[in-house]
Amino acid sequence: MFEPFLCLLLGLVAALCAYRAMISKHLLPSALYLACVSAMTSILLYMLGASEVAMIELSVGAGLVTVLLVYALSVVGEDTYDPTSIIPKPLAFLLVTVIALIAGGMAYSSATQPSISGDVLLAEVLWKNRALDVWVQVALIFSGVMGVLGLLSEQVQTRQTQKSAHRNTAEGLAVYAEQEARV
Amino acid sequence: MTLTILNAVLFSVVLLLAVGFYGLLITRNLIKIVVVLQTLVKAAIMALVLAGNTSGNPGLGQSAAATVLVADTVVAVVALALAVQVRRRAGTLDIARISTLRG
Repeated sequence: MFEPFLCLLLGLVAALCAYRAMISKHLLPSALYLACVSAMTSILLYMLGASEVAMIELSVGAGLVTVLLVYALSVVGEDTYDPTSIIPKPLAFLLVTVIALIAGGMAYSSATQPSISGDVLLAEVLWKNRALDVWVQVALIFSGVMGVLGLLSEQVQTRQTQKSAHRNTAEGLAVYAEQEARV
Repeated sequence: MTLTILNAVLFSVVLLLAVGFYGLLITRNLIKIVVVLQTLVKAAIMALVLAGNTSGNPGLGQSAAATVLVADTVVAVVALALAVQVRRRAGTLDIARISTLRG
């Protein structure tokens, strides 16, 4: 009796945090709000009976991804200005409202059916019926390791790199012209 | 219309999807796009588990959700690495300015 209202409240808090993450001018609060969304999502998943997925979501979504985001922000620096949107915001809001109403109306009929709790466990499905998924996950994790190496790689400072890095800023052009004059 | 857990979760999924799509439409910062994509994938994960519960295959829905979760994390890692490299080479994270670069 109390649980549906708790689910509704958690969903509203998650959507509010997602909105705050989106409109925040700085990127660090966005990363922290995303961690909050992940925590709310994991509680909702637990209430749906998916305890294993909730645990993975909490550890990976709220932990690993947040750490990676904060590390990327520390590497990128204080380029935190989020420019204005290309599409007018009222038009975007109208489009999204229409899409949400259509999607919600289509999914409502299936969600009103009574919940059927099967006896098949996640591990049994994952290791016996969906073994290919496990191999795909191994390949994906390997790709993720390669991505982390790309994230952690040091910048090789060549003249060409410096030229392309500073090409768009007046200050960068001045620095590059000074370097060329020295040569 | 009675409020059940499934209805409440469905409402949360639609709300998160709407916020995520709105964010995709108005955001131009590369790292913030990664954040918005994470929000969208969280909604998709909840929808998968919800669909598994309503169709009588909770194990199947949860295994698909776990696979999507792993893929989503790898996408976030690779996208962040790309964003860092773009910031180093182009000097900006604004996708409108990156798309107008020449050479």
